[in-house]
Amino acid sequence: MARYDSLLDACGDTPLVGLPRLSPGPNVRIWAKLEDRNPTGSVKDRAALYMIRAAEADGRLRPGQTILEPTSGNTGIALAMVAKLRGYRLVCVMPENTSVERRQILQMYGAEVIASPAAGGSNQAVAVAKQLAEEHPDWVMLYQYGNAANARAHYETTGPELLRDLPTITHFVAGLGTTGTLMGAGRFLREKNPDIEIIAAEPRYGELVYGLRNIDEGYVPELYDPSVLTRRFSVGTRDALLRTRQMVEVEGIFAGPSTGAVLHVALAVGHAAQKAGQEADIAFVMADAGWKYLSTGAYAGTIAEAEEHLEGQLWA
Amino acid sequence: MAIEVRIPTILRSHTGGAKVVEGAGDTLSDLFADLDSRYPGLRGRLITEDGALHRFVNVYVNDEDVRFTGALETKLSDGDSVTVLPAVAGGASVG
Repeated sequence: MARYDSLLDACGDTPLVGLPRLSPGPNVRIWAKLEDRNPTGSVKDRAALYMIRAAEADGRLRPGQTILEPTSGNTGIALAMVAKLRGYRLVCVMPENTSVERRQILQMYGAEVIASPAAGGSNQAVAVAKQLAEEHPDWVMLYQYGNAANARAHYETTGPELLRDLPTITHFVAGLGTTGTLMGAGRFLREKNPDIEIIAAEPRYGELVYGLRNIDEGYVPELYDPSVLTRRFSVGTRDALLRTRQMVEVEGIFAGPSTGAVLHVALAVGHAAQKAGQEADIAFVMADAGWKYLSTGAYAGTIAEAEEHLEGQLWA
Repeated sequence: MAIEVRIPTILRSHTGGAKVVEGAGDTLSDLFADLDSRYPGLRGRLITEDGALHRFVNVYVNDEDVRFTGALETKLSDGDSVTVLPAVAGGASVG
């Protein structure tokens, strides 16, 4: 059934698509979960909807109130859509080194955007949002990094969808940001199959992003529980870009750069399984499509040029 | 045995500004001890007094997080590439 009463009802139940040309062999198959097929085009619609519904259910959020959130884009866009449809005002704190498309989409939905310094990345956006929350006690910060409803969205929807569509799943690979996708879907899949590998692909940005970070001011999302993960990889800009382009060239899938990083890890794991003579069904999350990143230069010119354009940007 | 180690900007005061240094060791623990002999104070920024990896430091051997491969006891081989990074919230569009 593909008919829904409203856009909010059309969230989730995304297609799982095989990558027959990129898969290492007939016994080691790679599958992409196309989360760009959500209402605002990213995996974040699931978390946004769950977080707002949970806040409504426990009485924290009432019509007309203001929602505040630190976000580099996708969560903000998802929240902006849900807020619009359910009658809330949204204030997003976003690092200034995120793409112009994301900012424009937020403004189109009527959200207010407060820029946080590029040098501090998302850590700084979180700090600015926490300060604003103190100054405005009537605002409701959903706080995706520590909101259990974020992970629950994936425990109750993404995880079950994966198992339904791929009962033979052996590996689940996703990007690590708030950690909600991996924690939620990972826990669900592990309960059903204790042997499953839950693998994180973390974006490794250019030097400029880490430049001014003091180690003692580091940040680990409250949702993160390392015991859910089997392995965790860091993927640099170049590998992420190469895989993003390979995915569109070989399989016709136009994904955002963070998905390139996730595919890079899925392929590494897949080739290792192939070499070891194991059978594997590896599912990974395509967090969003490439449209919002065209202005970053990720898709134009040589890889070296694209890498240079992304230096200093938060591409995931 | 040469292992390439990438140092984040914030710790380069210990390496005379060098972005990449070379070290040796059979394990990550040995490698950090070796580096500390030439770059005093570096080890103390990465490892706590209890001898564990600092909570906000991530170390990767060939791009894999060592917390999932034996932490400081992670085995190293010639030609491995080690990256040290501060923990960050990241872009978080990815989940």
